[in-house]
Amino acid sequence: MSVSKITSRPPAPPGLRTWMRENLFNNWYNSLLTIISIIFIVILTGVVLRWIFVDADWRPVIQSPLLYLIGQYPRDMLWRIGLVLVLISFLIGVSWGVWGGLISSFAITMGTLMAVFALIPFQVAELTFSLRGVMLFNVVLIYLGFILGRKVSISGRNLAIAWFLASVIIIFVLLPGFAGSEIMPKVPSTLWGGLLVTLILAVGGILLSFPIGVALAFGRRSSLPVVKGFCIAFIESIRGVPLVTILFMFSLILQVFLPTGSRFDRLLRALVAVTIFSAAYTAENVRGGLAAVPPGQTEAGKAVGMSSLQINMFIVLPQALKAVIPAIVGQFISLFKDTTLVIILGINELLGMGRAIINSNAEFVQLQFEVYMFIALIFWIFSYAMSHTSRQLETALGVGER
Amino acid sequence: MDDQRELQPIVVCRDVHKWYGNFEALKGISMEVKLTEVVVIFGPSGSGKSTFIRTINRLEEHQQGDIIVDGIELGHDVRDIEKIRMETGMVFQQFNLFPHLSVMQNIILAPMRVRKWSKDKSEEIAMQLLERVGIPEQAYKYPAQLSGGQQQRVAMARALAMQPKVMLFDEPTSALDPEMIKEVLDVMVELAESGMTMLVVTHEMGFARGVADRMFFFDEGLIVESGTPKQIFNDPQEDRTKLFLSQILQH
Ligand SMILES: Nc1ncnc2c1ncn2[C@@H]1O[C@H](COP(=O)(O)OP(=O)(O)OP(=O)(O)O)[C@@H](O)[C@H]1O
Ligand SMILES: [Mg+2]
Repeated sequence: MSVSKITSRPPAPPGLRTWMRENLFNNWYNSLLTIISIIFIVILTGVVLRWIFVDADWRPVIQSPLLYLIGQYPRDMLWRIGLVLVLISFLIGVSWGVWGGLISSFAITMGTLMAVFALIPFQVAELTFSLRGVMLFNVVLIYLGFILGRKVSISGRNLAIAWFLASVIIIFVLLPGFAGSEIMPKVPSTLWGGLLVTLILAVGGILLSFPIGVALAFGRRSSLPVVKGFCIAFIESIRGVPLVTILFMFSLILQVFLPTGSRFDRLLRALVAVTIFSAAYTAENVRGGLAAVPPGQTEAGKAVGMSSLQINMFIVLPQALKAVIPAIVGQFISLFKDTTLVIILGINELLGMGRAIINSNAEFVQLQFEVYMFIALIFWIFSYAMSHTSRQLETALGVGER
Repeated sequence: MDDQRELQPIVVCRDVHKWYGNFEALKGISMEVKLTEVVVIFGPSGSGKSTFIRTINRLEEHQQGDIIVDGIELGHDVRDIEKIRMETGMVFQQFNLFPHLSVMQNIILAPMRVRKWSKDKSEEIAMQLLERVGIPEQAYKYPAQLSGGQQQRVAMARALAMQPKVMLFDEPTSALDPEMIKEVLDVMVELAESGMTMLVVTHEMGFARGVADRMFFFDEGLIVESGTPKQIFNDPQEDRTKLFLSQILQH
C-alpha cells in the first residue's frame, strides 16, 4: 500500500540528454536524419547570413526607406503620419492592456518594428534624429497605453468607440486633409503609397468586408426569396471571378457610369473592390459555420423567448464564427497579400513602390532581389502576426470545447 | 380562493392537427392543463409525443385546432409567440445548453435579454436556482465540463430562470446514463411538489406514479386513453394501453 503512495507522484520531466536520446537519436536512421538536418541548417544559415551582411547591396532600401512606408506623401507633412502613428500606438497599447493576449502579438510586432526603425545602427539620410525619436516615443507610448489599460478599468465598448473615432479622424482628417487649409492642406491619395496604402486597403478591406460577409451569409439562409436570391447571386458571381478582373471592371465601370468630371478616388475604388471580393468569401466561410451549429441551439433560444435576432447574435453567430476562425483569418491573410494586385489600377502599394524604386535607377535594376526580399519580409511579418493571433484566438475561445 | 386558482386552465388544446407534408403526426389532440397540475404523456416511439409538446411553444407549427397558453392564443403573431415562450420553459432530451457560454451565462442570457432584468438580479436568481438543482459550485464551468445529469440540471435552471408558468419536458432523462437519472428526477419531483405546472413526456413510470395528476397515453397521433395514475396503472381500459404498459413495466 505504501508503494502506491510513492509512485503516485507524476514522473519528473526528463533531462535534456534523455530528451535528445528519445527524440533525436532513438534509432540509427533517425540519428542520421538528425545529423543531416543539422548540417543542412548550419550551411543554409551561413549562406543566408553571408548574403544579408556581405554580398547583398541594400542601397535601394536604405536610400529612401520612407518611399516604402508612405510613398510620395509630402515630406513636410510627415508630422501628420507621426500623429496617426501616435494615435494608433496609444490605442494598441490600451487595447493590449484591456483585451490582453489577443492584441499582444500585434502590439509587440508594431513596437518591435518601430524600435528597429528607430535604432537602425547606421546612417540613413531620411531617418532624421527627430524621426527616430518619434518612433521610439511610439514604442514607449504602446507600453504606457498597456499600463493604463491594465490599471484603469476601461470597458471594451468604450475602447471600441475610441478606435472608431480614431479611424474616422485618421481617414477623413489626418491623411487627406482639407483643400485650401494652411496647416493641413489636401494630400491627394495619388501621392499615398507603400506600406501605408497596403495597410489601408488590408485593414479597411477586412473591417468593412467582415460585417458585409456575415450579413450575406445570413441573407443566404433567409426565408425571403428575394433576399436569398440576391445574396446567392452576389456571392457566386463575385467568387466566380478573379480579383484582378473585379479591379479592372471597377475602374472601367465606374468611369463609364459616373458623370464625367466626378473623379471617384482611385484608392477608394480599389478599397471597394477588395471589400466586396473579400465579403463574398467571408460569407461562404461564415455560412459553413452557421450550418455547423446544431438546430437544437436555435430551439433552445426560441424556447426561452429570444427573438431571431437575439438568437443569431448571442447563440448562433458566436458558435459559427468560432468554428471558422482559421478559415476567415486565412482568407484575411490572402486579402492582405492580394492587395498587391491594385498595382493594375496604378496605385503604388508596397510592392508597386518597390518596382517603382527599382525602375527609377539603372543601378538598382541589378538589385531587384534585395528589394523583393525586403518586401517579402514585411509581408511575412504581418501575415505571421495575423496567423499567430488567430491561433491565440482559437485557444482563448476553445474553453469549454465539446 | 386557492381552489379557484387551481381550476384555472393554463394550457388549452382543442382538436390540434399537425401534418409533416402528407403525414399526419397529430390527428386531433385535445387537452386542458390547469395551474399546478402535473401531466405525464407517454406512448410508443413515433406516436407524436414530441411533436405535440413542441407545438405548445411553437417549435412546431400546428395547422388546425386551437392552442391557448396563459390566455394567449397561439397564432401567427410573432409577439404572441414570444410572449408564450417567455411563460413556458422547456427541457430537451439532448439538453441543448449553449456550449460557448458558462453555466452562469447560459442561465442569465434570456433573463437579461428577454426579461431585461439587470445582471445582478439575473445572477442572483441564477445562483438560487443552481442551489435548488444542487450544483452551485459549477456556476463558472462550461457545459462540456459537466456530466450529463449536471448538464440537464443546468438546463432546468436555465428554463426556470425566466420564471415561467408552465414547464415542458421532452424525455428529459432518456439521454442519461442510468446512475444520473435519479438526480434529474429528484429535481423534477421537487419542482412538481413546489406547485409548478408541468407537461412531461417520459417513460419513467415511477415518476408518473409518484407525482403525476393525470396521464395521457398517445398512439399514432391520438390520445388513446387518459386518467389518473391509479386508473392507468391499475385499471387501463384500452388494449393498446395494457400492451404498452406491460412492455415497459417488464424491466
Ligand atoms: N420534421 C419531421 N418531418 C417529418 N416527419 C416527422 C418530423 N418529425 C417527426 N416526424 C414524424 O412524426 C411522427 C411523430 O414523431 P414524434 O417525434 O413526435 O414522436 P415521439 O412520440 O416523440 O417518438 P419518440 O418516443 O421516438 O421520441 C413520427 O412518425 C415521425 O417520423
Ligand atoms: Mg420524442
